[in-house]
Amino acid sequence: MRRWLPHPILTPTLALIWVLLANSLAPGSILLGLLLGWLIPIFTLRFWPDPAPVRRPLTLLRFLLVVGYDILVANLAVAWLILRGANHIRPAFVEVPLDLRSELGISLLANTISLTPGTVSSWLSPDRRILVVQGLDVADPEALIETIKRRYETPIREVFESC
Amino acid sequence: MLNIAVLIAFALVTAAIGLTFWRLLTGPDRPDRILALDTLYVNAIALLVLLGMHLDSALYFEAAILIAMMGFIGTVALCKYLLRGDIIE
Amino acid sequence: MLEITLTVLILIGAIFTFIGSLGLARMPDFYTRLHGPTKATTIGVGSLLIASMIHFSTQEAGLSFHEVLVTLFLFITAPVSAHLLSKAALHLRTRSLSEPPPLVDATDHAGRNSPDSLS
Repeated sequence: MRRWLPHPILTPTLALIWVLLANSLAPGSILLGLLLGWLIPIFTLRFWPDPAPVRRPLTLLRFLLVVGYDILVANLAVAWLILRGANHIRPAFVEVPLDLRSELGISLLANTISLTPGTVSSWLSPDRRILVVQGLDVADPEALIETIKRRYETPIREVFESC
Repeated sequence: MLNIAVLIAFALVTAAIGLTFWRLLTGPDRPDRILALDTLYVNAIALLVLLGMHLDSALYFEAAILIAMMGFIGTVALCKYLLRGDIIE
Repeated sequence: MLEITLTVLILIGAIFTFIGSLGLARMPDFYTRLHGPTKATTIGVGSLLIASMIHFSTQEAGLSFHEVLVTLFLFITAPVSAHLLSKAALHLRTRSLSEPPPLVDATDHAGRNSPDSLS
């Protein structure tokens, strides 16, 4: 099983991407997509890290909804700041101490931070314990760190790293 | 009504491309110029999508997908160059 | 109804694309410029792509879904390029309004052999 189908989730994902790319639901393209989805993971086996187990699908779903909502708010907030002009912004770097340990968790958190309200993850310390985040309009650095940890880091930890 | 909206959108996206060109030319630093190029390709995708709707042709998507991929790879390559530029002494 | 939805989506998309580039042109230093394009453009192009998906799906040729691919691709790549740009700027010590943490400068040049560095 593990030898012939090393990544059970990657296969349907690749098939879906192929169907989207071909933009047709014809049996031929679905079949070709499944074939590619089966062959590509086998030939690129060395490249992929071990698949992470997803512990709590419901927490993951709620996390995705929270992030989607935050992206909308981010866009409105940043648009408003841009229209008001440069005199009203308070840019700052903040250092977020990380509790996450896995590579997947840290990259998910960094990407989430970059997609949401006025923040971009800029730098990760070599020991992977501190993530430097640049904020466009930071009123209170401590509150920003607290929000990031509570809103994003905790759900990611619960889903991917809970023991 | 849809045609008017598409024309207004054309004007806005073209203005956006003009602004990114201005940033590309004035800089002042190298990361600024790379950021301008990055924005330029996203704006080009927007323009292609609008053109596809305006001319009722799905062909423009192939171009949009290609630009999305090549633009990202270009940005990553340029950033890597900046990051390792002074490593090769 | 359909036409109104399409019109609104197209206008929202174009306005956000424009505001993103306006931020790029207007903001005072590199790190603040970074915020405009990477955010406003993802939702700008995102809603334009949704508009195009609805537009082509309601025509006779049948459903059209490959716009999802471009949207997905942009949402995955935008944070990655923002992070790399920001990291490159910190490495080059680009002038900025906000003070980068001293930690970055101290470890950036010492920590090149770490798995995280791109060398």
